[in-house]
Amino acid sequence: MIRLVGISKSFGGLAALSDVSLTIKAGEIHSLVGENGAGKSTLGKIISGILPADSGSLLLGDEEVSFNSPRDALARGIVTIAQELSIVPALTVAENVLLGDEPRSRGFIKRRQLRKEFIELANRVGFKFSPDTIAGRLSIADQQKVEILRALSRNASVIIMDEPTAALSRIESQALHKVIRSLAAEGKTVILISHFLSEVLSLSNTITVLRDGHLIKTLPADEATEESLIEFMLGRTLGALYPIKVPPKYNSPPIMFVNNLSAPGVSNAWLSLRAGEILGIAGLVGSGRTELARAIYQDTKHSHGTITVNGRKLLGNSPRSALDQSVVLIPESRKDSGLLLGRSIQENTTLSHLTSLSKMGWILRSRESRITERALELVKVKSVGIKQKVSNLSGGNQQKVLFARMLLCNPRVLIADEPTRGVDVGSKRAIYDLLTDLAQDGLGIIVISSDLEEVLGLAHRVVVMRQGRIVAELTGRAMNEQAVLEAAFAEQI
Amino acid sequence: MSEQSGPVTFLRFVPQSLRSWRSAGIVLPFSVLFIVLSISSSSFLNTTNLINILDQQSAILIIAAAGTLVLVTGGIDLSVGATYALASCVSAQYAETHAVWLAVIIGVVLGLLVGIVNGVVISYLKINPLIATLAMSFVIGGLGSKYTKGNLIILTQKPSYGDIAQTIWLGVPTSVWIMVVMVILLGILLTRTVIGRYMIAAGGNAQAARLAGIQVNRVRIIAFGLSGAAAAVAGIIDASRVLSASAALGSTLAFTVLAGIVVGGTSIAGGDGSVWYTVIGVLFIAMIGNGFDLLGIDPLYYQITLGLILLVAVSVDAYGRTHRV
Repeated sequence: MIRLVGISKSFGGLAALSDVSLTIKAGEIHSLVGENGAGKSTLGKIISGILPADSGSLLLGDEEVSFNSPRDALARGIVTIAQELSIVPALTVAENVLLGDEPRSRGFIKRRQLRKEFIELANRVGFKFSPDTIAGRLSIADQQKVEILRALSRNASVIIMDEPTAALSRIESQALHKVIRSLAAEGKTVILISHFLSEVLSLSNTITVLRDGHLIKTLPADEATEESLIEFMLGRTLGALYPIKVPPKYNSPPIMFVNNLSAPGVSNAWLSLRAGEILGIAGLVGSGRTELARAIYQDTKHSHGTITVNGRKLLGNSPRSALDQSVVLIPESRKDSGLLLGRSIQENTTLSHLTSLSKMGWILRSRESRITERALELVKVKSVGIKQKVSNLSGGNQQKVLFARMLLCNPRVLIADEPTRGVDVGSKRAIYDLLTDLAQDGLGIIVISSDLEEVLGLAHRVVVMRQGRIVAELTGRAMNEQAVLEAAFAEQI
Repeated sequence: MSEQSGPVTFLRFVPQSLRSWRSAGIVLPFSVLFIVLSISSSSFLNTTNLINILDQQSAILIIAAAGTLVLVTGGIDLSVGATYALASCVSAQYAETHAVWLAVIIGVVLGLLVGIVNGVVISYLKINPLIATLAMSFVIGGLGSKYTKGNLIILTQKPSYGDIAQTIWLGVPTSVWIMVVMVILLGILLTRTVIGRYMIAAGGNAQAARLAGIQVNRVRIIAFGLSGAAAAVAGIIDASRVLSASAALGSTLAFTVLAGIVVGGTSIAGGDGSVWYTVIGVLFIAMIGNGFDLLGIDPLYYQITLGLILLVAVSVDAYGRTHRV
């Protein structure tokens, strides 16, 4: 039995968990659900020793423990299977499973015994693996099984799974569900963190709902429904989260056409966008949404098809040329592909616009800071000074800096890929307002998001992608969660 | 830049990048060493000795200034030694029979080309810069030996080649003047121009730079091109100083230069750095050598000291990066 008492944790002043108390019974499947940023992953990381809690205590049985590393948690039988798998691709399955725990003598690994131990373990769980398969060649689902075997080989009694099925197909997910059930049947405790409510409902014994770092409710799974869970997760009606939709004027012209575009991860995409319109792109992670955005932004080479903006064909083969032709992208991960974290707010804001702020390559400093101030005012960034490092800003303000950067390029088409990922609830609304305002100024906007409510709450029209293709276009009343999910999963149902 | 009070107005003339704590990391030991040497050795603090140091270091300073740009873009150039040697040999040989100014241009263009090839190979073939420039240094070194047939090129019959670096102007040799001009130009290039800003962006986060519309490959090629050209200028200056050139020179130059840049505080991870720091870093190392000479300490200890300083410098950089807020 695991007991958490008054656990709190914050990151840079932003509370991720506040005063969470929770009991997880031995041998149950206990799910943690909540919106992005609700604190479920943080909670999982605290239980598994990856993160220390700021305050509160963690009890195993009646004994208070404090983990300083995943190693400490492992010693007490707690194992995490993270979203990012940690297999060594070049080693065999057996070597991976027993990594760091190989049967050895005098520094040499006893290979025969290693295989024997592995086969015993795999048979016990019922996984069919050849011990000599190279792990890197396995599918993601099988790699996940390798991780589970590794956990079991360490005599884990508590297994924490963070979004284990996010990258899996339907059939692979079902196979994994079976494994999870059999783990519970063996008496292991499983803590499941998942976005998929149907999965949570069908697997769990107990469900805990988190919202903005607070524990909202713990309830037996058979008392919960998808609707009640969503209600607990959001804690409010959907409508208030989003600005009022103003549809584009009936006579507003089409601004961009994507004609039969094929590029890495995208096949035969057709798309049109009108001025003043917000088009949502939904679909599962890996369905080709980001790839489509990157292809439109000329970041990847097209094998086929054309894009026209304002009636002119989009030329060139780099983001620079897209920018010059009024198409801009706000990329999905602002830390990895958006910001220069070590540089100032000003440098980050003007980066795409420097040629206009310079004379013969010489940056006009006063003009640069004037333009920066004005651009930041436009997107309502609250900061102490433009010379500050951009890493000092909150997630929401960092995102707005990227908006400011792109708005300086005078876009006609703006693509925002996961514009509110890792942004707190308050700032989300500010970004939604910004997108809505820009649309009313006549921009064509494409919003890509994994947060289905966000897509539905913002967009005038939604297209759904699956396996690199646009498989559905939904407008009006047909634009609902059910329809999007059906289209996103269609083939696998 | 709207602040107008006294000390702040003064700060306007200090490059932005010099105002952070990291610069104190090298400026402080530099100042301390300078004062210590001035007190402990009567021959340190006099114009002749100081100008001598600058004259000897001019080649290294020029290469290091351009090398800073390469490091800032996230690259590294190990081929500068070989380029230095090849350019000095080709230029010197050509000068034996042709005009000096033409020999200089040919040398510099050759260096520029080597640098551009480096940049193209690294950007388009996506080869790790360390390996690519190491391989290039073998190729260039081999070409140099082939070209000179292993001989020393002596320019005694063309003393005007010596005027490039040895002309004294306002009491200071032209080698130092050329160095000062190049260092200032490269320093300004990094801090005040669009291409400099792009270099910082490309080295700091290449993916973000690309999506912000920066042609990262072009930026890298420019940085490597400048590095090659700077190595050639340095080679010509040194050939002019001693009126001879040899393909065998410059084999450890890349490491001396790198040591100076890193001691100065430019990050080996890219995305941050300053030519001004580099100048202080190179001179710091030179001053240690000079101090050891003047104080009559066994030169053996010089290398050990240098190695330790380098480790400290890299540790400070690593600490600064992991503890960034």
